[in-house]
Order: sequence, then C-alpha cells, then structure tokens
Amino acid sequence: MFGYIVRRLALMLVTLIGISIIIFVLLRVVPGNIVDILFDAAGFVDPADKANLEKELGLSDPIVVQYLHWIGGLLRGDLGYSYVSEKPALDEILPRIPITARLAGLALLFSASIGIPLGVISAVRQGTRLDYALRVVSLSGLSLPSFWLGLLILMASVSLFGSMPIFNPNPKTWTEAIAIYCVPAMAVGFRSAALTMRITRSSMLEILRQDYIRTARAKGASESSVNYRHALKNAILPVITVIGIEAAFLIGGLIVTETVFNIPGIARFLVEALRWRDYPIVQNLVMLIAVVVVVANFTVDMLYAVIDPRIRYGD
Amino acid sequence: MRSVKTLAVGVLAVLAAYDVSLAGEPKAGGIFRIYHRDSPGGASIHEGATYSLNVPFMPVYSNLVLFNQHIAQNSVDTIVPELAESWAWSSDNKTLTFKLRHDVKWHDGKPFTSADVKCTFDMLMGKSPQKFRQNPRKSWYEQVNDVTTNGDYEASFNLKRPEPALLSLLASGYTPIYPCHVSPAEMRTRPIGTGPFKFVEFKANESIKLVKNPDYFKKGLPYLDGIEFTIIPNRSTAILGFVSGKFDMTFPTEVSIPLLKDVKAQAPNAVCVVEPNNVSTNIIVNSSSPPFDNIDIRRALALALDRKAFIQIMFEGQGDIGGTMEPAPAGLWAMPKEMLESIPGYGPDINANREEARKLMQKAGYGPDKHLQIKVSTRNIPVYRDPAIILIDQIKSIYIDGELDVVDTAQWFPKVARKDYALGLNLTGNAVDDPDQSFYENYSCGSERNYTNYCNKDIEKLFDQQSAETDLNKRKKLVWEIDKKLQEDVARPIIFHARTGTCWQPYVKNVTIMSNSSYNGFRYEDVWLDK
Repeated sequence: MFGYIVRRLALMLVTLIGISIIIFVLLRVVPGNIVDILFDAAGFVDPADKANLEKELGLSDPIVVQYLHWIGGLLRGDLGYSYVSEKPALDEILPRIPITARLAGLALLFSASIGIPLGVISAVRQGTRLDYALRVVSLSGLSLPSFWLGLLILMASVSLFGSMPIFNPNPKTWTEAIAIYCVPAMAVGFRSAALTMRITRSSMLEILRQDYIRTARAKGASESSVNYRHALKNAILPVITVIGIEAAFLIGGLIVTETVFNIPGIARFLVEALRWRDYPIVQNLVMLIAVVVVVANFTVDMLYAVIDPRIRYGD
Repeated sequence: MRSVKTLAVGVLAVLAAYDVSLAGEPKAGGIFRIYHRDSPGGASIHEGATYSLNVPFMPVYSNLVLFNQHIAQNSVDTIVPELAESWAWSSDNKTLTFKLRHDVKWHDGKPFTSADVKCTFDMLMGKSPQKFRQNPRKSWYEQVNDVTTNGDYEASFNLKRPEPALLSLLASGYTPIYPCHVSPAEMRTRPIGTGPFKFVEFKANESIKLVKNPDYFKKGLPYLDGIEFTIIPNRSTAILGFVSGKFDMTFPTEVSIPLLKDVKAQAPNAVCVVEPNNVSTNIIVNSSSPPFDNIDIRRALALALDRKAFIQIMFEGQGDIGGTMEPAPAGLWAMPKEMLESIPGYGPDINANREEARKLMQKAGYGPDKHLQIKVSTRNIPVYRDPAIILIDQIKSIYIDGELDVVDTAQWFPKVARKDYALGLNLTGNAVDDPDQSFYENYSCGSERNYTNYCNKDIEKLFDQQSAETDLNKRKKLVWEIDKKLQEDVARPIIFHARTGTCWQPYVKNVTIMSNSSYNGFRYEDVWLDK
C-alpha cells in the first residue's frame, strides 16, 4: 500500500508538471494578450506604447523564460501580479477560494445526500409509480441547464418573495446567509444529484440481484438492513467514482452558477481573467483546479480501499 | 480678455436649484446602490476608453470645468466651473486661462494647486517623465502648445491656433485633474481625487465602493454617505436585482428598449428614461483592396441600407437616423433633415435606392447570376453581431452574399488595424458632442482610429477651418458640409444612432441622464435618496 501511494504521488507530480506546460503553452497560443485587450478598449493600437507595455509585463521574453519565471515563482510562493488589477495574484485568488469551496462542497453534499437515498429508493421500488416519478426527476436534472434553472429560481424568488438570493458579502439575516450559498448550490448540484441517483439506482439493481442478497433475506435480515448494510455498501463504489468525477467537472457548472447568482468565486473570476488574458491569474487558477482534480482522483482511489477491503493496491 | 458667459451659467444654476426644489428638500445620508455591467480594467479615467470606468470613478475626481450635471444636452453653454472659479479666452482666442479655487484639497489632505493642472496635461500630451500605460485621448490636445502656471491658482492653455472646442473637451467626464504627487500606477489602483466621493475599494468582478468626502470643496455636498457598485455582468440577474429593490439604479444607459418593457412591467414605480447616447453603429469598408476599392460598390452598399428597418428590429423604432454627428434634437451639430435626405441612401424610397444600387453593382460586374461573396466581420458582442446579421440580410438585395465573421474582442482592433477585413460592422462612441472630437479621431488622415484609412486632404482643410471657427453658426454650416461629404464619400456609412434606457427607484432624486454623451454625467454630488 505504501509503495502504491508513493508511486501515485510521483505520478501526480509528473501530471501536474505536464498540466502546467499545457496550460502555459495553450494560453499563449490563444490569439491576443492583455496588451491587445487594453488597446482594444482604447480603440486603436499604438505600436510603441504596445511594445513598452509588453516589455513591462514580461510578455516580450521568450516563452521558455516566461515559463521558468512562473514555475520559479510558484515554488517560492510568488504567483506574480494580476495584469489588470496590478495586485499580487495570490491576494486576488485567496479570498475567492473559500467562496467557491463552500459552494462546491454544498453542491456535492446536496448531490450525494439527495442522489444516493433517492437512487436506493428508486431501485428498491423498481417499476412502481414512485420509481417512475424519481426517474422523471433525475432525467429532468440531467436535461435542465444550470443557468436556466438558476435564472428560473431567481425569477421565482423575485416574483414570490420580492427578493433574490444573489451574493451579498454581508448578509443581514441568517436565512439570507444560508440562501446565498444553498440556493446556488442546489441549482448547480441538481444535475449532479440526478446523475448520482441514476448511477446509484443501476448499481443497486445489479447488487440486489446477487445471491448474497437473497441469502441475507433468507436469513431474516430486515429490508433496511439488506438495502443499506448489504446492498448499498457494495453498490457505492461506482457512485464514489462518479462523485469524484463530478467534483472535477463541477467547476464548469460553477462558472455559470457563479455568473447567474453573481457569486465572486474563482470560477467566474477565471472566465473574466481569461477575457482579459490575465495570464498570472489564469495559469495559477487553472493550476489550482488541476491540483484539486488530481487530489480528488487520488482521494477516490484511496477511498476504494477503505470502503471495499477486497481492494488492495500495490503488492 | 473676453468675459465668461456668466449670465448663462447663472440661469442654469437657478434652473438646477429649481429642479432640486421641485424634488423636495434634499435629505442627507444613505448609500446609493447601482449595479455595474462589468469589471473595469482600473480606476484611472485617463487611461480608459469606456464609460464602464467613468460611471464609478467620475465621482472621485473633479475637472477644471464640467457640463452641468442637470442639463441633459451637453453644450458649451452648459459648462460650469468646478476646480476653476472662472475662465477666460484671450482676445486672439489662443490662450484659455483658468482662475483656480483656493479651498480644494486632495483626498489625502494635500492642497490642490495649478501644478496639478500642468502635471495632468503634461502627462496627457506626453511631455511628462511620468507616463500613462495607455493614453487614448492624447489627440484631444493636439492644438495645445503647453500649459503654463501663474502662481498656485492660475493655469493657462496656450494653443497653436484658436480651438473653441477645447473648453468642451475639458468639461468631459474624461478630463479629470490628477494629483502630481500620485503616480499613474497608483491612480489605476487607488485613485486620489478632489471629488465628492473618496475611493474605498475596488474588488475586481465584485464591487466598487466610494464614501462621502467630508472635505469636499462644495460645502454641504455630497448628500449621499457613499456609492456602492455591485458588478453583475449577467444582464438578467442585474435587472432582476433592480426589480427586487436590491439596487437603486440600473447601470446608466444599459437597459435595452425590449428590457425596459420588462422593467416597467415588474417595477411599475421605477422611473425610466430613454435617451440617445451618441453612439453610432456604422460600416467600416476596406477601401484599400478589392472589391471595395471600387467606389461604385461602396456607393451601392450605402444605397442598400434600410436604416428604419434596423431601428425597428433592434429598438422597436426608438433610434435615430443621421450622419456622423448625433441627430437632432439631442445632437447639437446634426445637419437639417432635408440636407440629410439629399444624401444618396438617406432618401425615403428604399426600393428606388436599391434599384440604383443594383445598377452600380451591375456596372461593377455583379448581378443576379454572379453575386459578390464577402465576409462581414464584427466583434462577438450582441450590439455588434445583431446589426451585422441585419446588414447581411439587406445587402442580399444588391447581389452581395455576406458571411458573418465574428471576431474575439481581443482580436478586433488588431484585425481592423491590419486591414484584415473587407467589410466590418463597428460602433463609434463620442464622449463630447463636438466635431473636433469626432472628425479628427475617425476621419483624419493617419489617425489611429481612422480604421478605413479614409483620407481626403480637402476635407482635412475643412476640419481645421471648422475647428478654428469661433462663430457658432458659421461653424455649424461647415460641420454640416463636412458631414454630408463624409457620407457621400462612403467614408464610414452611418447606419443609426441608438437610444438606450436607464431606470431608478422613485426615491432617487437629482439623477440626469445626458442625451448627447454617455461619458459626462456621473458626478452624483447632489444626488439624494428620499427615504
């Protein structure tokens, strides 16, 4: 097991180096840089001013030098300066991480706490009206775009309550504090909950047909014990895999949700930074997301071993 | 020296006071909450070229002079003193001297003097060791030789030749005075001004906060405790926020005509105004290479336009047809209707225009069996894209098959500057309703923003002639002549001038939306909340 973990950690490091190169090169392949955007806003390009600004921002250096400068800075904890705000990139990114982390955490919690129980119920009650109803709900979740759902929620809030749960850094009441995170988390987590529900259902159906489940029932185990202790424990592995993948994909959903609910998290910030070609922000943020994804994958792999003792890595 | 038009200013001041009294006795206090349409690149107005910057940061600064904030139509007659106590032109109209206030302090407590005026304009003219990262309005001061000071409280602009428009340029929201002792880099991130509100913080993509300046040189002002801009790029969310009462005002001139209906339906008490904003939607034609190097094809293009259809489709009829200068009644320099309609393509009979256009196309070798294939390039933004699609539909009628070529914002101006386009759809905003700002910037030979490279030395002479003309009526006639010629030469065919809406809650008092500029009306020093 120890050897496996060391190998996985080494692989993580290689993956991250590879990702850093890809991010860096891709960003520079995209036409236009911050200087183009600044001059675009001014409506003309003055070649001399443009060259000066590119030099000032280090954009005229060879790409390898720029890359080494970035990686060197990363290792020292210096993420550079935002081209737009001219503040340290770390100061721009750090305050936004807890906001997005809270939102993503709540979305995943919503996804798991709704998706898994409903998936189990749907499987156990296979073919009943309840099963059909739940399958309709899950299909809706997979088909409704989160921005549309978010806008619907906002419109309904304004129409019914005369207020709307968009982000407020200083909420006045505890209900507002809950609403500004929970409502967007539900909007973004709905699709993920639907997927979790479908995976849980199909995995449960497969397990419920196994011999050992029949044996458990024959031994007089209660229905809930059969469903949750014997079946779910074995059906949960693919669900964990899906939740792990969803955690990685969540950032895509969060971009839209953070925009609709006006949440100043890293997802929306990333899009804005991309629009401005603010390289220090984009490359560090994408790197951060890459680390989260790689670590999430690693955690899922480790969870397999914890949940299913039959799985042993390495030797 | 000729004296200032004090009488006019006095009358305007009385009118402004009358306006306040109509709204009731102003109440002090409260935070004015406005949503902002996007995150501006910085806080330095001199380095920006979008009113996304003027709206939140104009309250931080002061100008020497400013357009009266309660008269919608900016003109030289509505200019009032701000950091200047008075101004006067020399008898040869080549020196403009400002007497400055003695009681003004920067937000960091340092005194304001004439040195700050000189510093600001030296930087704008590129004569200072301190440089702006970008200086988009350097050309505004082409006729200024230098700025000199006489003691701490007098500054003079010495001109190469008379330029009556200079005063209007100085009265724009784009012309604040910067402190000598603060670097341009600091002004981008932590601006120091002398305005009614002090800068508190700017969180990119989140918010901009300003707080009342207790030492503001106009005693008793501002009424508000502060202004908060919440940055909401999603228009639907922003409008819902306004409807639900989270915001006191929408972002100025950002509510489209169809959206305005929704706002009025959901918030019937909201006060909404629709004003022209001196932004024209126009066609840029690459006349340096085929097929548009052929004047017949360019003329055919201009004749094919059904301007009313654009306005009907995009603004439900609420737009204006005109030349380069903003149409009347909001625009000060618009040519008379009959003169406009005499320009080819502006006549009311669209079918006859298009018939003529088809003949020109046939003369150039195109016809029903041989269509001209071109790409219509434009920025990938709805206000650009939507009219481009209508344009493509309209030019089909004269044997031109257009294909939409949407260009990423970062690539738009570099592409246009490279002349890497045949036909483009562009928007041109004018900060000041004055021909000097518009003509030189967009049509002068060699100007950076003359995207089509239109160059006509005869017209250039007329530009200078009108610019130096001190008789307003004579100048107007020259401007009409120039504008007509520009349209006839298909220099940059103007399709329409847009109108847009702004809404605020009924308790917001003393907001005026300018009708011939989107850049000059955001000082907010006497806005108050009747709560």
